[in-house]
Amino acid sequence: MILSSRAERSAVEGPRDTTFAVTPQDPSTPLGMTSSFQGELLEVSMGPQHPSTHGVFRMNVALDGEIVVKLKPVFGYLHRNHEKIGENTSYLGSMPYTDRLDYFCSMTNNWAYALSVEKLAGLEVPERAEYLRVILAELTRLQNHASLLGFLLSDMGAWGTPLMYAFREREKILDLFESLSGSRMMCDYMRFGGCRCDLPPGWMDRARKLVDGFPRFLDEFEKLVVSNEILIARTQDVGKLSAELAINAGITGPMLRACGVNYDLRKVDGYGFYPRFKFRIPLGEHGDCYDRLMMRVLELRESIGILQQAMAEIPEGPIMNPKVKIRNFRPPAGEAYGRIEGPKGELGFYLISDGSGNPYRYRVRPPSFINLTILEDLCLGHTVADVMVILGSIDIVMGEVDR
Amino acid sequence: MESLEEIKARAEAAVPGAAIAIVPNPGPANQPSLLLDHAHAAAVAGFLRDDAALRLDHCSNVTGVDWLDRKVTTKVKVKKIVVREEKEEEETQEEFFPGYLEAVYHLYSVALKHGPVIVRLRTNDRGQGARLPSLTPVYRSAEFQEREIFDLYGIHFDGHPDLRRILMWDEFEDHPMRKDYREPDDYEYEPTPHDDVIEKTKKHYDARPELDGAEKLTTQP
Amino acid sequence: MIGLGVLNGMAVTLRNFIGSYFEKERLITVQYPEERETLPENYRNFPFLVFDTDDAEAGLRCVACKICEKECPPQCIYIVKSEDKKPDYMDKPQFYPRVFDIDISVCMSCQICVEVCPFEAIKMDKVFELSRRERFDALLMGKDELAKSNIYYHNIHPLEAAEVDANLATAAAKKKPAIEPRPTPNATA
Repeated sequence: MILSSRAERSAVEGPRDTTFAVTPQDPSTPLGMTSSFQGELLEVSMGPQHPSTHGVFRMNVALDGEIVVKLKPVFGYLHRNHEKIGENTSYLGSMPYTDRLDYFCSMTNNWAYALSVEKLAGLEVPERAEYLRVILAELTRLQNHASLLGFLLSDMGAWGTPLMYAFREREKILDLFESLSGSRMMCDYMRFGGCRCDLPPGWMDRARKLVDGFPRFLDEFEKLVVSNEILIARTQDVGKLSAELAINAGITGPMLRACGVNYDLRKVDGYGFYPRFKFRIPLGEHGDCYDRLMMRVLELRESIGILQQAMAEIPEGPIMNPKVKIRNFRPPAGEAYGRIEGPKGELGFYLISDGSGNPYRYRVRPPSFINLTILEDLCLGHTVADVMVILGSIDIVMGEVDR
Repeated sequence: MESLEEIKARAEAAVPGAAIAIVPNPGPANQPSLLLDHAHAAAVAGFLRDDAALRLDHCSNVTGVDWLDRKVTTKVKVKKIVVREEKEEEETQEEFFPGYLEAVYHLYSVALKHGPVIVRLRTNDRGQGARLPSLTPVYRSAEFQEREIFDLYGIHFDGHPDLRRILMWDEFEDHPMRKDYREPDDYEYEPTPHDDVIEKTKKHYDARPELDGAEKLTTQP
Repeated sequence: MIGLGVLNGMAVTLRNFIGSYFEKERLITVQYPEERETLPENYRNFPFLVFDTDDAEAGLRCVACKICEKECPPQCIYIVKSEDKKPDYMDKPQFYPRVFDIDISVCMSCQICVEVCPFEAIKMDKVFELSRRERFDALLMGKDELAKSNIYYHNIHPLEAAEVDANLATAAAKKKPAIEPRPTPNATA
């Protein structure tokens, strides 16, 4: 249905709330913003080219002096219509495309997609593959949280030093991924019913050495970050989120746990072999930016615990379900929704199959996109400088928001 | 958690006039869903959210699906009278299902840690009647996702506070995720191994050999 | 006292700076291109076609079955089958590709073509220093540029190549027990 004229469109769509209700809307100028400053509000576009917006992300902000009065996020600059590509590609062929969704955490994206297809087709995964998946997912969580802390601090003006310390550890983890799967970030490692290839010799020792050396990095990082007065002044009591609003707005991941809600999919759903490992879930108290930051620091420590347990217990054996075909993989007709606890929140895939080799509907539930729903609510009443801190603490990556 | 039939019975009791159907889901995943009618969808969603035994307060995922018109042929055994004898013969019957658009909501409970309960809403047709009630007043998480479904599928949500395009730019005029979407063929002129792309683009552009050098086709020195 | 947190942070930075002159672990950069890090064995970047012996035409393992073209997600492979046949490593007459193009501006190195190839003919290369001066035809690699010998394959992926050769030898032995499988060249450094 293509609506040809603007009049026809507004008859169906209704009046558009373009951005600001202060000045009268002029539909000929972009986004209805008039170019002269009328009234007392300053309209700023924290535009798509910005070093701190974590990608091509734009916010139309109305400011009263320095206080934010209205904020509308605009995205879609990285929209590649990944879901349509998924409908035109086979199930196996979509696996490399899932790497490019949340390009920091390709292993967890792959696992979420493999989990959904395994739910759709009723496939089983051998034990060694499940342990490998847990190890790689927790390594991904380590490098994602470390780089997020680095990015947040560099957004606040620390000029990249903590970022480079975090990237030092991240490079070691990416070297492990490279020697295992062949590529640092776009790993394409999981398959339906297991993993693609087994560990090369010496990998497990290097991984153990890295995990045993990680607490030393964490101690140093905590000393740099946690009791820093500038950080505390900029992040405490900024962007407070209440638990009821968080649950109703569909927030998941460390952002939800910072509000004090005990909801971690690794414990609730118990997918993979997570019920075999003992780990705690850190919870925040105030729901502000400082709590969200500390969530990531505490989760790093818990992830190290899970990694040490998994690496001690991993058995030998096959890594792939022998009944699964690589080519011409046709799951039975039906639909399934599978989800995992990614580092940014709940990453889910909803697949509808009609019995053929391509999915009929392929939908990604992106955590960053849904966590952005309450960005405006968090920023109202704070200054412009706080907007960057709040955005950094939400932890978005545009590959996932726009797909 | 209760079974879907029990949930349906209690919802129909709590919201008078609601017509709820159960949509089965074949396959190993075993996730059937509830189909709601337009008039009572928001009320049923409110019941699901606030009921003490269900407490489905977290709407995790809102998806749009496009179903085109389908013709399903089934072979049916029909009793016919042939040469004054009653016989059973096979006849092929064609059933025509008109197409519609669909919004699927996955509801989970954070308070009671169970789920999912899947709820579906179907439009009347794929043309002017593509309107659905919005569940944003009940679940705030549907706000951006319903905007995305409006952008990519063209379903208009009544009651949504801010319905405009979210991923495509505002002046864009089609709905890309529909099954009958025709993509534009004037992408950037780029010779690839597949020549049909070149043939399609040549209709839109004049050759510019000085600018992009593609006409020269030299080998790498 | 106020400011202690900031001073602690500065002490960490100072320790890292001074330490990078003495501890190898704190100095993490290499002076590329004078120093290069060794790539791990499994590293992959763009595919190549393997040929046995020295003849890039006669020894090419690819039989133009077009499975990799079909399975490639971004559809970057373009194959045209030949009219005649030539004998393969088991002396069975097979088609060969007259045209085999990979558009490396489209290829995303997902290695699905390697996984689905039934003839062990296409493998992943490791070259990444591939800058060209033009965008279009210079990034289209044809059969002559893609075909590399089995010796090269042993050099870049020794463990994997040894496994592939063993598989081919057992397959040849099962099919034709009377004829010796074609000897694989020695892997020299």
